[in-house]
Amino acid sequence: MRIERRAAPSRRMQVLSPLLALVATGLTGAAIFAGLGQPPAAVMYAFFIAPVRDLYGISELLLKATPLLLCAVGLSLCFRARVWNIGAEGQFILGALGGGVVALACNEFSAGFGWALLGASVAGMLAGTAWAGIVALLRDRFDCSEILTSIMLNYIALQLLLWAVHGPLKDPAGFNFPESALLVEELLLPTLHPDYRVHIGLPIALLAAAGLWLLMARSLLGFQVRVFGESARTAGYAGFSSRVLLWFVLAACGALAGLAGAFEVLGPVGQVTPHLSAGYGFSAIIVVFLGRNHPVGIVLAGLLFALTFIGGENLQIEFGLPRSITQMFQGMLLFYLLAADFLINHRLRLPGAAPALAGER
Amino acid sequence: MDAELFATLAFSTLRAGIPLLYCALGVLLAERSGMLNLGQEGMMLMGAVVGFIAASESQSPALGVLAAAGTGLACGALFALLTLLLQTNQVATGLAMTIFGTGLSAFLGEDYVGSSIDGIAPLAVPLLADIPLFGQALFAQDWLLYLAWLLALASYWLLHRSRAGLIITAVGEDPAVAHRLGLPVRRVRALMACAGGLMAGLGGAYLSLAYTPLWTEGMTTGRGWIALALVVLAGWRTGLVLVAAHVFGMAGILNLLLQGTGIGLPGQMLAMAPYLLCIAALVLLSRQRDFGRYQSPPGLGQNFSPED
Repeated sequence: MRIERRAAPSRRMQVLSPLLALVATGLTGAAIFAGLGQPPAAVMYAFFIAPVRDLYGISELLLKATPLLLCAVGLSLCFRARVWNIGAEGQFILGALGGGVVALACNEFSAGFGWALLGASVAGMLAGTAWAGIVALLRDRFDCSEILTSIMLNYIALQLLLWAVHGPLKDPAGFNFPESALLVEELLLPTLHPDYRVHIGLPIALLAAAGLWLLMARSLLGFQVRVFGESARTAGYAGFSSRVLLWFVLAACGALAGLAGAFEVLGPVGQVTPHLSAGYGFSAIIVVFLGRNHPVGIVLAGLLFALTFIGGENLQIEFGLPRSITQMFQGMLLFYLLAADFLINHRLRLPGAAPALAGER
Repeated sequence: MDAELFATLAFSTLRAGIPLLYCALGVLLAERSGMLNLGQEGMMLMGAVVGFIAASESQSPALGVLAAAGTGLACGALFALLTLLLQTNQVATGLAMTIFGTGLSAFLGEDYVGSSIDGIAPLAVPLLADIPLFGQALFAQDWLLYLAWLLALASYWLLHRSRAGLIITAVGEDPAVAHRLGLPVRRVRALMACAGGLMAGLGGAYLSLAYTPLWTEGMTTGRGWIALALVVLAGWRTGLVLVAAHVFGMAGILNLLLQGTGIGLPGQMLAMAPYLLCIAALVLLSRQRDFGRYQSPPGLGQNFSPED
């Protein structure tokens, strides 16, 4: 078998390679479980099917997909502009803190909860934006690698959260647990249906994805981001300001990730705790890659990743397997995806087959 | 501060820098050839967990170190395979390595959380170890620490003094030109990526077998990322990497160092120190135009394929 470079990237493989990666991940997973002495079929069922057997399961899937989608939409914008922001996790945490602080301050109110909820969401967005703004400032003014600074800010954000729940935000009536007081029910986001926990964050996340599509496909700013991402030099010749784009993509990502954090506090968690994020900010990076940096792809990949989170929880309950399996599978999936992308620009040919003609797709 | 306390602090400060030193040397070796592997955190964790498991099953820390080195090497080889043969994006592949390594290490180490082993014991050099103030710090450490310094020396020689170092640098500066000169670009890069992985594995092993002989999930707490930053800060120079690793090691144990001074900061604030220091150093560095910034290997992170 020979490897041959394609004359042009294959569109078909662009769509097929995520599916190929998925199948490869599934097969590897089954092999690992078989090696561990677990029945692979049953484990796979418990991971992928059982969590979404009923409406409640699907609503939980959508609940988990909400923060993932918000972070992924923001990151997609950054990656399109080749701004390697790895800091969605920290921006998420700051958003949770900002939203949490405002919401807790309003916890004793007797009225005006709607405004308090709005205020807390906006505070979350602002806190996330500010945190991402540090990355933009460091890159803009001091030419610091955004990869390194955004990662460092993730660790600082985590310590800030830990400090807050051990100190100023700690619930005085909370038996010394490092957690804030529970928010009153009026301060929680309206749910889409009384029986389920999925809240209005989901339509907002979907709107954000739609907004991303509109921005990239229909606006001058989006066009600039695209040009900038493909060739910074071309963007320079066209007179696009790389500084404006840098600030714009980071601020937008910070706002969305911050909103995701605030929504976790104001939604399913209902208080500020040390373990607010299950690594959404990191997983969202893979969601963007898996979704081919396209809004529709990101929504599909976000749903799949939400499934890996609840599937992992289900495996823990049913088989006593550690939850870290989720992260392992996510990493493996990205490996396979990157490897499968080789087929976009290359093809495998059996010996004896005629060589490709120039221009053949 | 009395002499005994000083001696103890000097002892722990040097130890705290070693995981960073191992990992940063690995980053340096790989990056000099143009391989940007952001998977350090994952490779370190894999080394730490496999080293710990091997040591606790075999009761031999030395075997643990070997297993950790082998695991790191395998991770580096995987990175090389993906980026060199399958032409994957180096940034994305490194991120995948970090996420995968974090998950897999937590998975493998699940049953070993909380179990303890006999770590690598310190070796005291007779007489020299009794020198006041610095004797304990310099002459009563474990062999894995001395190995780190030896490898720093070896890296210095390899990169800055040997013919092989010239080849590595040429490959890192412009792989296409190096290829036209007849240098085996992909082989050099694969080798350096493997060496980088091996060093990250050793860094992990130092954490779980010597520094704190135990395993906890995510025990590297960002050291892999700091190591990546260290190399930037050191301007890709081995001597400065050695110094910087120990400075950051000190920042990592600030809480220990400040204990006696009565400065009452919450522990979480002190825990931010290495990350804040890292950002501050990157900012300061940008002010020094001729230092570091332009020493970055021009071909860093760029893929190369002979068919292009």
